[in-house]
Amino acid sequence: MNIPEELKYTKDHEWLKIEGDVCTIGITDFAQDHLTDVVFVELPEVGDRAEAGKTIATVESVKAVSDVFSPVTGEVVGVNEALPDEPEKVNEDPYGDGWMVKIKMENPAETEALLNAEEYEKHCESGD
Amino acid sequence: MAKKTALYEEHVSLGGKIVDFAGWELPVQYTTVIEEHTATREKAGLFDIGHMAEFLVKGIDAFSFLQSVLSRDIRSMECGFAMYSTLLYENGGTIDDLFVYRLMDNDFMLVVNAANQKKDWDWLLKNKGDFEVEFEDVSDKTAKIDIQGPESKSILQKLTGDLELPERFYFIKNKIKSIEAIISRTGYTGEDGFEIYCDNHDAVDLWRMLLEAGKDDGLVPCGLGARDSLRIESGYSLYGHELTDDITPVEASIRFVIGKEKEFIGSKVVHEQIKNGPSRKLIAFEITGRGIPREKYEVQKDGKKIGEVTSGTFSPTLKKGIGMALVESETVSIGDEISVIIRNKPYEALVVKRPFISYRGGEK
Repeated sequence: MNIPEELKYTKDHEWLKIEGDVCTIGITDFAQDHLTDVVFVELPEVGDRAEAGKTIATVESVKAVSDVFSPVTGEVVGVNEALPDEPEKVNEDPYGDGWMVKIKMENPAETEALLNAEEYEKHCESGD
Repeated sequence: MAKKTALYEEHVSLGGKIVDFAGWELPVQYTTVIEEHTATREKAGLFDIGHMAEFLVKGIDAFSFLQSVLSRDIRSMECGFAMYSTLLYENGGTIDDLFVYRLMDNDFMLVVNAANQKKDWDWLLKNKGDFEVEFEDVSDKTAKIDIQGPESKSILQKLTGDLELPERFYFIKNKIKSIEAIISRTGYTGEDGFEIYCDNHDAVDLWRMLLEAGKDDGLVPCGLGARDSLRIESGYSLYGHELTDDITPVEASIRFVIGKEKEFIGSKVVHEQIKNGPSRKLIAFEITGRGIPREKYEVQKDGKKIGEVTSGTFSPTLKKGIGMALVESETVSIGDEISVIIRNKPYEALVVKRPFISYRGGEK
């Protein structure tokens, strides 16, 4: 299972790449592997408000609907326009072409409580 | 505690992802639903259906008893034939949908849903009345393995040799290698295929033999996920969704299971519904753009609620969201536009013919 060192993670299996006060969000390799074939992705619109702990995107496999929760509060400043046409990118490249949303954070300190790669790996192994 | 079929260890060793289904631990998928679905449509898929329950119904009144409780008219049913039917309450609501096998003149097998096993059994006993008929629940010793898909006949023939396999909706009792089996040309996928019943003790051998025989023909083990997406594409009802205690077969738009020239439990209500039209009906629809309908999503016509989705999925074959919905009868017909409300937003959908994909096996 791929867990890049430089990213931050949530217990709900989202990843964050933090660059200044903007973070990019997607779902982890672990999450895409559990979902299997992602066939639908619903994203917010640029300008929408993101609230920590609230649904920011939705991914669906043939069988299941899964919410993606925003780990931070702020404004949506970018969405991956390619995903609705090519949802399989979430499976193929979860940390790259499968990214979902960019958020300009109101309070970057919110990310301090997130898991690092090592902690996230332990979390996955714990079976949650 | 959840029950395990005779093939549980096989599923685990094949990497099946196990889930609880109607109290049974069964694989939802081994690889991905799309891979397994596509294999069944294009080559062949192998399914463990050991959770389903089998009842034997025997005795000189077995035929007349079944005529009185089953909605379908089984008069035309010869020995060696299998028929889909429903079991109804007096008010027409559906107790279960099932397959009836006529083993001999006075000897039948009913194959019923796992979740309804006790309810069905109690209902049969309750309505035995003066009929000279005996029941035996053989579920605990009976395994069921389905092989489905265009290659299934040639794969099975590798094990049965010169044996003439039955035509669609017929079955034979015969050995597969050394294993006593009922081989039925039926299924739940919309493809040619067979449902095979054998003793639990033989299940692992039969499962392995079939997988081995089909390994060069693209046969793969399939989980409940593919079973569901295949049956939805084929427009088949699933109890608990299209049929419930509260939904009659007329409302579920499967009138072919209603015997029009016989009386049976529930016939008064369903005959009346056929005559005057039911107030609700089941429709099939496709989402026009993106979006996947799911059970219980609201269905609207011109901004007004007309019903709810009973089953929905992404269709791996059509590559779009498809579903079935129970709606008020007079509101829509084939070709009409409706809306399905997905996460509070209306998605445009088109009412289409059911099934989405017609039966693709040959008739022979």
